[in-house]
Amino acid sequence: MTVGLNAFILLAGLLFAIGMFGVILRKNTLVIYMSLELMLNGVILALVAFSRYNGTMDGNLFVFFIITVAAAEVALGLAIIVALFRLRQSVMVDQLTSLSR
Amino acid sequence: MTDILFYIFAAITLISALLMVVSPNAVNGAICMIICFVTTAALFVLLEAYFLAVIQVLVYAGAVMVLFLFIIMLLDVNKDTSDLLKDKMTLGASITGFTLLVILIGSVFAGGQHLPETALLPVIENPTGEGAGIPFTTSAKSFGYSLFTKYMLPFQVTGFLLLAAMIGVIVVSKKHSENS
Repeated sequence: MTVGLNAFILLAGLLFAIGMFGVILRKNTLVIYMSLELMLNGVILALVAFSRYNGTMDGNLFVFFIITVAAAEVALGLAIIVALFRLRQSVMVDQLTSLSR
Repeated sequence: MTDILFYIFAAITLISALLMVVSPNAVNGAICMIICFVTTAALFVLLEAYFLAVIQVLVYAGAVMVLFLFIIMLLDVNKDTSDLLKDKMTLGASITGFTLLVILIGSVFAGGQHLPETALLPVIENPTGEGAGIPFTTSAKSFGYSLFTKYMLPFQVTGFLLLAAMIGVIVVSKKHSENS
């Protein structure tokens, strides 16, 4: 494969930028949460690419831990969103403004 | 041949990620997200990280996205889907921020003469575990070797974190009774 490291890092950066775009643009908490996962996805792609082109295994091990933590984080975050919906009957962030009053 | 595969998978990843962000229906967005995760796993295969590709499909595209789809369909929040284009201020601000971030990332790669382009290193098929660093291998054996030698403490901490997250989910999602 003649595709270099820079192409992978550029792709990872663009994935991170798209995720940040979603976090700012959307009002639905679940879609914001999926955009956060997209940002994590870009980061782990960069880590795997660095690990492969550096010739060490450490980046891959980092990605292993990141995936584990992300799975735990998704379970806890979705439980919080469900609890929020049970309390307020809405998951739109522009309707969850009770702290600003 | 693998160069063409890289460009195809990179294009699918970026397009499905953008579709996820702008899709007004959250269920369609979740499906696009699954496509994005699977093509990222294909990119891992191109980088010869086969074990991580399998983990990516199993954990991310499988467990995490099934959980997301379950919660999206459980809460059924697709009633007001016109949240995207109504707020002109948010739309303008987010597009401006996105463009600035893309320009920032692109300006690093635009010239190309500052960044060193490293070649792919040869992959050692069967590591012995000798020496200081852990060399890049394609076998899942080196994951187990690293987890139980160099990364023993993070491994234990991650296991404890999973336990804490499990207990936390139970506490958060439990219905509180009136007198407690």
